[in-house]
Amino acid sequence: MTNPNGRFGIHGGQYIPETLMNAVIELEEAYNHYKNDPEFNRELKSLFDEYAGRPSRLYYAKKMTQDLNGAKIYLKREDLNHTGAHKINNVLGQALLAKKMGKTRLIAETGAGQHGVATATAAALMGMECVVFMGEEDTVRQALNVYRMRLLGAEVIPVKSGTATLKDAVSEAMREWTSRISDTHYCLGSVMGPHPFPIIVRDFQAVISKEIKEQMLALEGRLPDAVIACVGGGSNAIGSFYNFIDDKEVRLIGCEAAGRGIDTFETAATIATGKVGIFHGMKSYFCQDDYGQIAPVYSISAGLDYPGIGPEHAYLHDVGRAEYVSITDEEAVNAFEYLSRTEGIIPAIESSHAVAHALKIAPTMDKNSIIVITISGRGDKDCAAIARYRGENIHE
Amino acid sequence: MSNIRKAFENGKAFIAFITCGDPDLETTAEVVREAVKNGADLIELGIPFSDPTAEGPVIQGANARALSAGVTTDDIFALVKELRRDISIPLVFMTYANVVFSYGSERFISTCKQIGIDGLILPDVPFEEKEEFLSLCKKYGVDLISLIAPTSENRIAMIAKEAEGFLYIVSSLGVTGMRSEITTDLSSIVKVVRENTDVPCAIGFGISTPEQAKKMADISDGAIVGTAIIKLLEKHGKDAPKHVGSYIKSMKDALRR
Repeated sequence: MTNPNGRFGIHGGQYIPETLMNAVIELEEAYNHYKNDPEFNRELKSLFDEYAGRPSRLYYAKKMTQDLNGAKIYLKREDLNHTGAHKINNVLGQALLAKKMGKTRLIAETGAGQHGVATATAAALMGMECVVFMGEEDTVRQALNVYRMRLLGAEVIPVKSGTATLKDAVSEAMREWTSRISDTHYCLGSVMGPHPFPIIVRDFQAVISKEIKEQMLALEGRLPDAVIACVGGGSNAIGSFYNFIDDKEVRLIGCEAAGRGIDTFETAATIATGKVGIFHGMKSYFCQDDYGQIAPVYSISAGLDYPGIGPEHAYLHDVGRAEYVSITDEEAVNAFEYLSRTEGIIPAIESSHAVAHALKIAPTMDKNSIIVITISGRGDKDCAAIARYRGENIHE
Repeated sequence: MSNIRKAFENGKAFIAFITCGDPDLETTAEVVREAVKNGADLIELGIPFSDPTAEGPVIQGANARALSAGVTTDDIFALVKELRRDISIPLVFMTYANVVFSYGSERFISTCKQIGIDGLILPDVPFEEKEEFLSLCKKYGVDLISLIAPTSENRIAMIAKEAEGFLYIVSSLGVTGMRSEITTDLSSIVKVVRENTDVPCAIGFGISTPEQAKKMADISDGAIVGTAIIKLLEKHGKDAPKHVGSYIKSMKDALRR
């Protein structure tokens, strides 16, 4: 699927300043060594199982299934991981790799704060220094996560440039990395950026689909008919899809954030509204204007509020292996409330985009069919924002 | 022979960077003319990008001001066409890969040739990714300028061997911006460059004073200054051209010593 330059079809690549080239080459060499190292894999598995709480449950959502009266619905509970989201899978892998490479400092970008919290957590666990870049706008939207990161010993730097959201946090983390490389690893949080990040992050997140497959075979003796996950950069989605890519009978569905609608400018649906471009180290689809200026994007979900998508998703879209749909703020909020009420599970507003699509398609599917929805994170962090969306004056 | 060579025929070259459209294109045109009058040997015209990841806060600010004033790639092409009536020194564009790619790389690069742009600097296109732009640059006769960084080490020879126009040596880690001192062992980098190419090399990033420029030009073929000029534009706006002119005079005078 990938060639040596980290291409997924036309997408991917290494569009970064010369200053960073030896750093990404060093990272690639280290990763290629350690991914096959039994000791590294033993340590990582132990961190996954003992620290993060893996494997995460594959839960049969009986009430939701009965209510929708169509496909049988399973929830992949990444929200039950330590730190409350799938982000920890990638972070434990990268932090362990960075440590093996002799790095003593982790830097990261964060949108909703989940990746920042996960990175701060891994840094605390492994005794590493940690600096997290977060759009100033997001530090306000997710103030509690800022406190969490600081509690865990990380320094949080609010980014004021550009639109002061996730894309600017990525830009600032890249700038910081060019100024301090020798002791610092950039712990990128999604399947994006220059090669080898999209591959490293995917491989660490692929544990999600590996477990789904094993659990589904044990529970149902067959593969699911569809796997649904939300997509910003796309790390939980690629993790949920990866081990099913060769199983052509399994539909893979990524749910983008349409914000106020894909016919408005207040959207973050990259596949639906973007075109091919080059940004943040990769060729992929980006929301941009006619002159290639990256568009300000919007979603109620800070974690999906990004103008691009990982290059492997761009490729899966191009070849038709995965489907990408758009879910509006309103649909996501309805799904957030629905899952809370129906199953007693409060999903992250990001994951609620995947739930929303399942609410649309499950009733149209046969009762013998099976859908897996990845609940990528827990929704406690979103309660105040959703309450405000519904007109209640609640602040964290 | 590349037109860019001419920039290195008047002793050590002084290379100025200006973000087009900050605060407006009329001022940009005046700044370019003042720069030429006061001894600039080559000018890098920045086409603004929404997310300039290789720039420090000062040039980020210039990009943001130019874009909020509504400047587009087509406006900048028109500006260059107009400047070429009386400006003969080498001019190159400095911008980001997406600005070129989204315009249609072939359409962009062929237009560069038509309007008299001699070279292209894309800081987010390293050696490994240059082919898709280089093939078009060769087709139309525009030099694709390569960068060498303090971290390039074993890559210097490979990059220098294929260099065109001039080599842009990045003095320091990090992004563009003024620095009180430059600590990289640049002489060793230049030595490897010289062993591998006849293409001239100039040093940029962090240079703001005549003393720094002189020091950098002494070990290479020229000095590149951006942030210090942009700071004058930030401070003086439409009145900046004369300030930029006298600043450039002081810098070029230092290089002549």
